[in-house]
Amino acid sequence: MLCTPVPVHHAPRSGLLDSSPASVAPQAQGCAPQAWQERLETLLSSGVGAGADLVEIFLERNDELSLLAEQDRVTSVNPSIGRGAGIRVFKGQRDGFVSTNDLSDRGLMAALEQALAMLGLGRSTQPSGWQGLAGLDDHGRGKEHWLQSCPAAQDIADRLLRGTAAVERHGQHLQAYRASYSRDVQQVLVAASDGTYGHDIRLHQSLGLNLLAADGDHRTSVARRYGRSDDPAFLAEWDEETSALDLCESGRRMLHADFVEAGTYPVVLANRFGGVIFHEACGHLLETTQLERGTTPFAGKLGQLIAHPSLTAIDEGLSANSFGSLSMDDEGMPPQRTTLIQDGVLQCFLSDRAGEMRTGHPRTGSGRRQSHAFAAASRMRNTFIAAGPHSIAEVMGSIDNGLYCKRMGGGSVGPTGQFNFSVEEAYLIEDGALREDKPVKGATLIGDAVSVMPKISMCASDMELASGFCGSVSGSIYVTVGQPHIKVDSITVGGR
Amino acid sequence: MGSADLAPRLDIPGLRQQLEDGAHSLGITSWDLGAACSSDTSVQVDRGEPKQMKASQRNGVSVRVWNDAGLVGITSTSDLTPEGVAAALEGARAASAFGDSEDPPRFSPLAMAPLPPLASPEPAVVSIQALLARLIDTEARLLARHGAIHHVPYNGLGQRSSERLYLNSEGAMRCQRFRTASLYLYARAEEEGRKPRSAGAVRLAHGVDGLDVEGCIDEAAERTISHLDYAPIDTGVYNVCFSPEAFLDLIGAFSNMFSARAVLDGVSLSSRGSLGSQVASPLLNLVDDGRHPDHIGAASFDGEGTPTHRLALIEQGRLTHFLHSEGTARRFADGSQATGHASMGAKVSVSPSWFDISGGRGDQSLSLATADNVVLIDTLSALHAGVKATQGSFSLPFDGWLIRAGERRSIEAATVAGDIRKVLDALLALEGDPVVTPDGRCPHVWVAGLSITGEQG
Repeated sequence: MLCTPVPVHHAPRSGLLDSSPASVAPQAQGCAPQAWQERLETLLSSGVGAGADLVEIFLERNDELSLLAEQDRVTSVNPSIGRGAGIRVFKGQRDGFVSTNDLSDRGLMAALEQALAMLGLGRSTQPSGWQGLAGLDDHGRGKEHWLQSCPAAQDIADRLLRGTAAVERHGQHLQAYRASYSRDVQQVLVAASDGTYGHDIRLHQSLGLNLLAADGDHRTSVARRYGRSDDPAFLAEWDEETSALDLCESGRRMLHADFVEAGTYPVVLANRFGGVIFHEACGHLLETTQLERGTTPFAGKLGQLIAHPSLTAIDEGLSANSFGSLSMDDEGMPPQRTTLIQDGVLQCFLSDRAGEMRTGHPRTGSGRRQSHAFAAASRMRNTFIAAGPHSIAEVMGSIDNGLYCKRMGGGSVGPTGQFNFSVEEAYLIEDGALREDKPVKGATLIGDAVSVMPKISMCASDMELASGFCGSVSGSIYVTVGQPHIKVDSITVGGR
Repeated sequence: MGSADLAPRLDIPGLRQQLEDGAHSLGITSWDLGAACSSDTSVQVDRGEPKQMKASQRNGVSVRVWNDAGLVGITSTSDLTPEGVAAALEGARAASAFGDSEDPPRFSPLAMAPLPPLASPEPAVVSIQALLARLIDTEARLLARHGAIHHVPYNGLGQRSSERLYLNSEGAMRCQRFRTASLYLYARAEEEGRKPRSAGAVRLAHGVDGLDVEGCIDEAAERTISHLDYAPIDTGVYNVCFSPEAFLDLIGAFSNMFSARAVLDGVSLSSRGSLGSQVASPLLNLVDDGRHPDHIGAASFDGEGTPTHRLALIEQGRLTHFLHSEGTARRFADGSQATGHASMGAKVSVSPSWFDISGGRGDQSLSLATADNVVLIDTLSALHAGVKATQGSFSLPFDGWLIRAGERRSIEAATVAGDIRKVLDALLALEGDPVVTPDGRCPHVWVAGLSITGEQG
């Protein structure tokens, strides 16, 4: 119900470097701070003069491009240009939020007045006495060239076709295969009546490769998606050969795999996107959004043991080029490194402006939103279980009869803390050894947060991050999950 | 202020003029445009207090152009100023250089066909303060239903006014205005020493005054309370009865079996040869009916301007039609026509609108009132993760009950797994009259022998 994370991995890199210019779509009018400060100050002053405790304006311009290649041809090129504003007004414990695509003075003032009216406030003709915006925190400086530095559509098309050609060379029993690319350049300007004034330019790119293989009654679909932020050279560095080999090997193994036998097993979850277990089982429940709703079992548990003592978990927005990293959050606050759980003990909740106001937990630079159409909410950034002392062999060796979950799919968590996620590629573990000759498919892992966290009993030393998307109250956002190989002592595995 | 009566209006003559002028200056002779705008207000509450009040005004335009080589390019924008529309035209022209030469879309031959009338009532909107007062009252009445229901963490009452438009350079012009309102209530209940439980209900209507608030409260309360007494279920194979909502969700997740686009792309569970073949039990009739009077927010035309209409997909278990765009119908070259299910794109996809499922009763002895050792699935979760649409398989968490001697007891936590083709083949009965839901109309559907995995502590 809350979350739809899907995996995006870091791309294997080649040595290629090629940064041809420009987007297919012409650049729309931006939200450069110089052009906007006076207009923003007029709006903020009006809001304060009307009696608001705080007024916040989020301005956004997007330039997006996506391409799809199927087999040996490009079948879709989709440029998109977007712009809009989200205006949020706070009064006491209440807030009103209005979003609009109309960035004219009249359109923005109408949006502000609508937000004020939600709180019973009317525009005042008296001077507000508000002092104006503070100095600009310009995180966008030096990033202005990113859009022009991203690969041109022709270069993207060429790379995607090289990707599908590599899949064709290496795949078996192929029925269909595709490569896709998407690029999102987002320019944002955040201004609030408490003086907050920040500007940033963000770049997210992702690449996908997938295949459908069929052999008689056996069918399998396998996918990879790779992502990186703030790096125009991402596509140029993609090694499509390695990606295709990896994809096709999974396809080969899974095509004739048996369905997993349902039951309760010890499982080993692989590193990287295995971290979806923490994201779903615990991470969402440590957002103040959930505290406000009364839907987290961890309310009031700060300083208490909520997980196995071997588990330490971090959420941060700082790792270079990670999908969840930010120069500032969507409320203008610099990101932090937040230790959520240390040695099993709950340390901190993730908080945004409204979360701090309503729950008392200090802001952590976690106020995030998909776009101007959503009010910011406390959300995860790069969230991972820290490396532990064990080798992978030690983790596997501790299990007589269990399941190795090599690649995870998406999942979700509901309002009672019951979580689930799917497993795309799995193998049996027998007598402490991984049986790569016994692949299984069709597994869904389910459980609830309170009971599963104490069962994560072993962490290996190979922590890695993987990029993905997460959907929740403030829309779909870029995130990273991560972990080393971990052991869960027992978990319900849905199958046949 | 606070009134939500901000019905959006697209400047249709202005947009057409901008497109014609822009296309002329760029040397473009063929173009089409899809546009939409909406204005909405919504509220959420938390135990008698406003939690969130929200409003939005949204615009969106997609412009397609055909270049001299007949290739198509598209660009979308939320900027409806003359500069924004001009930028979209230029972007589409640039993108047309990458158009698919093997399968370029064309204008739908039905884009100027007569558009059958479709009732789209536009009842009065209410102020956001009125929305708030109604939802606070609704929440209070739900909380009063049972001492274990402590709060309603997910709730919302909203209304939306929308306008859609399709134009093309050959003179086609389609426009539709409509209003919708929605109410959702998801309650959370907890008893001493027991796990929290949650369930909910949704209602749609053309306007807030038309919402079945009482029915929504009743359904949310009854569902939530019915899950308070729960027990684990033994893992095994059970006969299963799907609620109308659950069966519609499941069949919707595998709708690629009806998609001509997916057939052509090789990613459908069906093939061209599937038409006329038995793909389900003879008990099953499945119609896609985008114009059904109970379909709130029904569209009168699709992204290519083709009129929507009622289309039988499965009759007595046989696949009778695919969903077609202009391009797939042309590629099939078997007399098929566009069916009113297309998007607008450089590559045009098709998708169903609103399923209407009915059929034979089947085994008359099967009844929820007397069922024994049968799993009744109320809602399915995580379809985005647990459905492998191109493989046909699914493994999904669900909320539901184990029925023994007609008595229902909630299942603590479980998954259901299977293959959609086997599910459709293993229908045992369709029980009761079809029930209208936001996603379609369907009776309770009995299926033989599905794998259920119960969570064991």
